[in-house]
Amino acid sequence: MSVLTQAELADKEPGAITSGARIGLRRFARNKFALVGLAAIIVLVLFCFLGPVFYHTDQIHTNLAQINLPPGGAHWLGTDAVGHDELGRLMYGGKVSLTVGLSAGLLATVIGTVWGSVAGYAGGWLDAVLMRVVDAGIAIPALFILLVISAITTPSVPGLVVILGLVSWLVPSRLIRAETLTLKNRDYVLTLRAIGGTHRRAIFRHILPNAVSTIVVAATFQVADAILLVAYVSYLGLGVQSPQTDWGGMLSAGLTAAYSGYWWLIVPPGLAVILVVCAFNAVGDGLRDAFSVRGRA
Amino acid sequence: MTARYLLGRLLQAAAVILVVTVIVFGLLHALPGGPARGILGPHAGAAQIAAFNRAQGLDKPLPVQYLYYLNTLLHGNLGTSYTLNEPVTRLIEQRLPKTLVLTLLSAVIGLVVAIPLGMWQAVRRNKPTDYLITALSFIAYATPVYFFGIVLILVFSQILPWFPSEAPQGDTLAEVLSDPAGLVLPVVAGAASMVAVFSRYMRGATLENLAEDYVRTARAGGARPRAILWRHVFRNSLTPVVAMLGYYVPVLFGGALVVEQLFNYPGMGLLFWSAAQSSDYPVLLGCVLVISVATVIGTLLADIVQRFIDPRVKAGDET
Repeated sequence: MSVLTQAELADKEPGAITSGARIGLRRFARNKFALVGLAAIIVLVLFCFLGPVFYHTDQIHTNLAQINLPPGGAHWLGTDAVGHDELGRLMYGGKVSLTVGLSAGLLATVIGTVWGSVAGYAGGWLDAVLMRVVDAGIAIPALFILLVISAITTPSVPGLVVILGLVSWLVPSRLIRAETLTLKNRDYVLTLRAIGGTHRRAIFRHILPNAVSTIVVAATFQVADAILLVAYVSYLGLGVQSPQTDWGGMLSAGLTAAYSGYWWLIVPPGLAVILVVCAFNAVGDGLRDAFSVRGRA
Repeated sequence: MTARYLLGRLLQAAAVILVVTVIVFGLLHALPGGPARGILGPHAGAAQIAAFNRAQGLDKPLPVQYLYYLNTLLHGNLGTSYTLNEPVTRLIEQRLPKTLVLTLLSAVIGLVVAIPLGMWQAVRRNKPTDYLITALSFIAYATPVYFFGIVLILVFSQILPWFPSEAPQGDTLAEVLSDPAGLVLPVVAGAASMVAVFSRYMRGATLENLAEDYVRTARAGGARPRAILWRHVFRNSLTPVVAMLGYYVPVLFGGALVVEQLFNYPGMGLLFWSAAQSSDYPVLLGCVLVISVATVIGTLLADIVQRFIDPRVKAGDET
């Protein structure tokens, strides 16, 4: 191969990649479900992170003179069992839910990507051992493991992110492994190996960049699942500690109040969880179809 | 060929169960103070713990302890609950059948709704009803089971007094089954996310099959669309759904855990839940082990059934 054609290739390659990405993005932009999902995510993030700037509430101190007030007047969504303004609490709790869910989902994707690509690339006994570990992890339902952990300890917020990441990296690792199996026999990887390139270089410089659409789609679904899982952890007794809260914590705190007819304590956080999880799943679906990635239905 | 596949698949399942025992053993030793603290309780002194560790062989190296642990498991011994003071195996024996019945009922009802729904969506692709059901299934998937359960209780037990808000009580399976009305809400709560996932899946599989050559050929030959759909497309679309069912078993058990707690259904999930509240570690870890083995067996069965109903799935196809 002459120097000239190599230079031409180097010139062409980035252009080819951008146009591929551009076609995908254009396809994504035609998907109404996905666009609505993206808009919902942006609105919810603004609501939780910028909302408190315009709507001031006291989420630290309790106010027992104003408990369980129905929506209306000074409190648009009423107040909870210790007198916190419910709308303000929705923003305050949403910050934790979104931050923890996003971090845990991304952590799970990173662990799954490294594990799956190493297993798929190595093949043989190492692949068999690594994937049996994944099978075993999947065989233990996540909610059971989380409940055992809740009996042992009450984690901090970063601890919670690590725990959630560690119970949910298994499915992405399977997807990335499957992708690696097809990519590792491509000519450019075989050429790299023939001229003495390292395994590390093959995985991180050649296989993973080509699997990026699979990884991004997996990450989007992973974040949706992590936010849903965050809504379960308070219910299981692993949630963040008062006066901090998250949507799941508001939901489980409101469960008993619902019997007394205080619907405003469970409907808003419940709808918030449903909305954000639907939104991430819709975006994930849109990205998967736009970039023709195999994976979750 | 088939015998070899079965043997290989069984060995693989055995390997997975072995790894599960390593994880559970690891959890046992991740307990603050180790298993001794778990069994003697939070008020035991250092001297008591040391004596217990010596007596139980817990001062030996970890790999040796693991072999001891495996040995007791192989003798069917999961330890003794220290709050209920009964062997864990007996507790699980009483509770597991009730959980399996609840889970199976939810799964069967979920599938009976989801499969025709997904096919109907595929036939009416991109029409308003398809969009509506897609939106509903997104919502059902995104709803935490306990939130859906509480809404069910509020609507169908408080506002409209149609069903009891508590599951039937009783020690035996027969007692639980004697009151079907009490089972309605727990089963519906467990089936909802199942309908969401599997109608989506069935829709995709049906669409793929409708685009196949054999459908066009049958149509050209003058077969009625309904006959093509049920006689050919239905069977071929079922294969990926069965495979998916294998992956879904752990989700079903996770759902049962929440449903049993919410409706006070006396199954293994509730046993597990109360054990977590009282830090009853032998019960917790015994349940994790049994649930995981049940999951491995469920996945194995789904794999075998899938091969049985579809000759196209070849042996040696990797997971």
